[in-house]
Amino acid sequence: MTDMKTPLAKVRGLGSAKGGTHHWLSHRVTAIANIPLVVFFVVSFVGNAGKGHAEWVAWLKQPIVAVLMILFIANMVYHMRLGLQVLIEDYVHDHGAKFASMITLTFSCVLIASISIFSILRIAFGG
Amino acid sequence: MAQAKRPLSPHLQVYRWGAHMAVSILHRATGSALAVGAVLLTWWLVAIATGHEYFGTVQGYAGTWIGRLVLFGITFSLMQHLASGIRHLFMDMGRLYDLKINSLSARFTFVFSVVATVGIWYAAYKVMGVL
Repeated sequence: MTDMKTPLAKVRGLGSAKGGTHHWLSHRVTAIANIPLVVFFVVSFVGNAGKGHAEWVAWLKQPIVAVLMILFIANMVYHMRLGLQVLIEDYVHDHGAKFASMITLTFSCVLIASISIFSILRIAFGG
Repeated sequence: MAQAKRPLSPHLQVYRWGAHMAVSILHRATGSALAVGAVLLTWWLVAIATGHEYFGTVQGYAGTWIGRLVLFGITFSLMQHLASGIRHLFMDMGRLYDLKINSLSARFTFVFSVVATVGIWYAAYKVMGVL
């Protein structure tokens, strides 16, 4: 079959990355995982509403809570990363701006997740 | 050479607004709002890890009327995104495409998010002993 792509288009390499299905599926899988995690998060927050620092520390020191919070952060931030990527793809058309937005998004998500998880671990393992 | 004005395919503006359209665009809007919520959650976790004093400062911000308004908006966004997301999961499985059911399920996400948001805040104030 004749390749209808121009040489310039080939060089730019801006066609499908063949990774769309993985993105789509990952978005759904993290969405499903988010359902019980959000329920846990909301129920915990309501149950501890108005509590002081010592009570929140004691709450986060429980192994199950710490693990669930880490899972919630990791899963939620990954879901957020995938969703905001679609937003950028839909609304930012300039190549340079799109590239900058994507990199900023990825770095921000990794930063948010790292800081959150580090904080949880510090509380959980702290004396 | 100036191009002749070509007809464009119809976009959003030609359709009558319905619950399904509102839910669809709100799913994006609430998702974006929740990104702000994620940053606030990080800040809050850092505050707990930092110590008693800084935690008090952050709780103080959260307690102002603007802080509460933001948290209320994030609660609503979370509940709306949750309900709308579950509706989307059913649509991914090929369900809810019948027009009536589609519109009904869209309306139901609003009922759920409003009731859940008010319920969460009522319960939280109840726990705090304010109500």
